[in-house]
Amino acid sequence: MKGMTVIVKKTTQLIAGLIFLYGIYIILHGHLTPGGGFAGGVILAGSFILLILAWGSDFLQLVKEERGSTLYENLAILIVLFLALSGLLAGVRVFFSNWLPHGIPGELVSAGMLPLYNIFVGIEVAASILTIFLALVIFKEEVLK
Amino acid sequence: MTVYWLCFILFLTGLYGVITRRNLIKIAISLSIMEFSIFLFLALVGYREGGVAPIVDTADPVKTYVDPLPQAMVLTAIVIGLATTAMLMAVIIRIYRKYGTFDIREIKNLRG
Amino acid sequence: MELAISVITGFMILGAIYAIHARDILSAVIAGGIVGYSLVICFLLLRAPDLAIVQIVVETITLIIMVAVVLDSSRVEAYSKFDRRAWITAGSALLMLLALFWFFRAAASHLEPFGESTLRMADAYINGAVDKTGSVNLVTGVLFDFRGYDTLGEATVLITAVMGVLAILRITGKKKLT
Repeated sequence: MKGMTVIVKKTTQLIAGLIFLYGIYIILHGHLTPGGGFAGGVILAGSFILLILAWGSDFLQLVKEERGSTLYENLAILIVLFLALSGLLAGVRVFFSNWLPHGIPGELVSAGMLPLYNIFVGIEVAASILTIFLALVIFKEEVLK
Repeated sequence: MTVYWLCFILFLTGLYGVITRRNLIKIAISLSIMEFSIFLFLALVGYREGGVAPIVDTADPVKTYVDPLPQAMVLTAIVIGLATTAMLMAVIIRIYRKYGTFDIREIKNLRG
Repeated sequence: MELAISVITGFMILGAIYAIHARDILSAVIAGGIVGYSLVICFLLLRAPDLAIVQIVVETITLIIMVAVVLDSSRVEAYSKFDRRAWITAGSALLMLLALFWFFRAAASHLEPFGESTLRMADAYINGAVDKTGSVNLVTGVLFDFRGYDTLGEATVLITAVMGVLAILRITGKKKLT
C-alpha cells in the first residue's frame, strides 16, 4: 500500500516512539494509576498501526511482520498461563493466586504478581490487535493484485 | 431514574437498527450501539452519590468509593466487543468480495 | 450529575438514530463513532477513569477497521426502496420494541434510585482490598486477583477471535476466486 505525504511521514517518525513509551508507562503503572494491561496494550498496537498507515509497506514485509506478531501473541498467552499455574507449585497450592510478597502499597514494585500479569496481558492484547489489522491489510493487498 | 430509561431507549434504538436495516455495515453499527448501552447501564448501577474514583490514596483514605466490581466487568466487556466487531468486519469484507454488494437480500444462493 | 448524564445520553440517542437512517455509509460509521466517544464523557462523569481510557482507544481502533472496510468498497448509498415487506418488518419491529418497553417498566420498579447502590459485595471488596491484593488501584486488584478467571477467559476470547479472523481471510491454498 502506498504511503502518505512527507509531512505525515515526518510527524509519525517523531510521535510513534512517544506513543510506544506512553503505552509501556500505562502498562507498568497499572496497579497505581488508572489503566492496566488492556488499555496499555491497545495503545502499543496503536503506535505500530500508525507507522504502517503513514509509511505504507510492500506486501512481503507485511507477511513477515504478521509472522512475528502471531508468535508474540501466542507466547504471551502461554506465559500468562504458566504464571497462573505457578501458584500450584509455589507452596500455596491454589490456581491463579497472588503468591509473591505484597510489599508497601503505593510503590512501583508491589502488589505481588499483578505487574507481571499486566505486562504479559498487555503484550498479548497489542499483538492481537496488530494481527487483526495486518490480516485485513494483507487481504486487501492480495485481492487487489 | 430517567437515566435508566434513556439507556434502555438507546438499547431499543440499536435493536431497531439490527432488525430493520438491509445494509450489512449498518447492522454491525447497530450491534455496536447495543453494546454501548449495556456498558453505560452497568457503569450507572455501580455509581454512588459523592463517591470518588476507586484508587486508594494511602495518605488519607476516603470513606465512600465508587463500586469497582461493575467497572471490572465493563472493562472485560469492552475488549470482547472489539474482538466481536473485528470478526464481524472480516466476514463482511469476505461477503463483499464474493457478491459485490452489502445488501442482505441479494445474498441468497448458498452454493456460491 | 443525573442531568448531565441524561443530556449526553439523549445526544447519543440522536446520534444513533442518525447512524441508522443515514444515506451515505461513511457518515453512518462516523456517527457510530460519535456514540462511542460520548460514552467516554459519561464514563468520566461516573468516576471510572479506567473505562474511559480503554473505551477511547478501542473506539479509535474500531473506527479504523470500519473505515478501512467501507472505503475499500464502492460507497454506494443504502437502498431505500420502501416496499410492502419493509413496512411489515418495521411494524413488527415496533410492536416488539413496545413489548420490551412494557417489560422494562415492570422491572425498573425494583431498581434503586440513581446513586444509592446497595450492592452487597461492594463493601466486601473495598474494605481490606489494599491489604489482600497489595495494589492501590482497586479495579486492577479486582480484575486480576479477585476475579482472575474472567481475565483469563477474556484473553482466550481475544485469541480465538484473532484465529477466526486469520482463518476467514486466507486466500493462499484455496481455489482461485472467479
